[in-house]
Amino acid sequence: MIGRELLIAARYPAEILNPLVFFLMVVALFPLGISPEPEFLSLIAGPVIWIAALLALMLSLDSLFKNDFDDGSLEQLLISPSPIAMMVLVKVITHWFTTVFPIILLAPVLALMLHLPAEGYGALFLTLLLGTPTISLIGGIGAALTVGLHRGGVLLSLIVLPLFIPILVFSASAIEAANMGMLYNPQLAILAAMLLLALLAAPFATAFALKISINN
Amino acid sequence: MWTWFHKLSSPKWFYQISGRWLPWIACAAVLFLTAGLIMALAYAPADYQQGNSFRIMYIHVPSAILAQSCYMMMAVAGGIVLIWRIKLAEMALKCIAPFGASITFLALVTGGIWGYPTWGTWWVWDARGTSMLILLFLYFGVIALQSAISTASGAARAGSLLALVGLVNIPIIKYSVEWWNTLHQPATFKLTEKPSMPVEMWSPLLVMVIAFYLVFGVVLILRLRNEILEREHKTNWVRKLIETPIESSTTSVEKTSATKRGA
Repeated sequence: MIGRELLIAARYPAEILNPLVFFLMVVALFPLGISPEPEFLSLIAGPVIWIAALLALMLSLDSLFKNDFDDGSLEQLLISPSPIAMMVLVKVITHWFTTVFPIILLAPVLALMLHLPAEGYGALFLTLLLGTPTISLIGGIGAALTVGLHRGGVLLSLIVLPLFIPILVFSASAIEAANMGMLYNPQLAILAAMLLLALLAAPFATAFALKISINN
Repeated sequence: MWTWFHKLSSPKWFYQISGRWLPWIACAAVLFLTAGLIMALAYAPADYQQGNSFRIMYIHVPSAILAQSCYMMMAVAGGIVLIWRIKLAEMALKCIAPFGASITFLALVTGGIWGYPTWGTWWVWDARGTSMLILLFLYFGVIALQSAISTASGAARAGSLLALVGLVNIPIIKYSVEWWNTLHQPATFKLTEKPSMPVEMWSPLLVMVIAFYLVFGVVLILRLRNEILEREHKTNWVRKLIETPIESSTTSVEKTSATKRGA
């Protein structure tokens, strides 16, 4: 199953590259739109990278179940004897690995361009590593609910964005704490707790949502 | 108890019984609303700091309370939809969401109107205001998802799941926003948490809260009855109802009033 997903992803390199380019462009808009001053940029670097990653991830979520839905293989997977939640988990993990992981790898380069203080890099990397899987998992519920709809893209953003707010809050504050040389373990612990909760509950909710969408 | 529950879940029975309840609840709502407004505007003393501008609290606080419990009720209806697949709960979910969104909006707007003379600004990113704003976003999500799905039961089930996911997230959002707020703004305004509010001040508030719940009940019943007629229009009892001349005139009146409220 993981092999199949990876193979599909490898056959459509644009699906991997597009969110990455989008991420790069959104980040580049901020210095152009606000101010190129290094002191100012270093203040907003962490949150800007996080919000750009969030948006890029959300745009890519739309395709999570779309192709399988369009060619009918999603229905085949749903009636197969293997548990649906497991299938969902595999899909979300491969999606995270192929689309989000490159974004995380690119993030330090962009942080350099935005003059993020040296202390902030570890926090940025760790919060992205712990926070983005939660976003993928929760976003999967939204993607499953909107998979059968014609104009699902904007709707998907509308229904899942409010749910991402806590993750953004804790990630941004971890980076801010790190910039000031303080410990950011509490924030990381909360992010990890949210990830575990999402890991436990989200695949089942997504599986249920897929069943609802298929029956529509 | 259970037979009563099952009976209530049948749209026809609910339509008949709610028709009998409606005048009473409506009268009570009008009574409480008038009493509450008179008490709030005339009986409650002016605040020693804010003067008379604090009186908007009697709209603001009840609508904020109702906004949160509306979401709760919507999520409970969603749970009933997903577990027992009761049609009436599907309709309730659809009817509560727009009302909840508008009451949340009312709470935000009255908050701004109260905030301007008191704090000198229309909007502060404080914990309560921000979580109300996010609650509004959650309502928008449920409404948008429901309106995007064409089949009624599919829309209700998708909306139910989203409402439940939102319900799990509400405490997390609330605490994260509170924590974020204390981090960014050490000096928050604590307005409603005064140690002692005199009886003359909080008793109108209590009456207004009850009045708001009653108004919610009236609107919900009107919208539900409208929705029942729309969704059950192929069944025999609705056809009979429409064919009888006296009944049809009352239902058309209700329809217009329900759409007015909905708008």
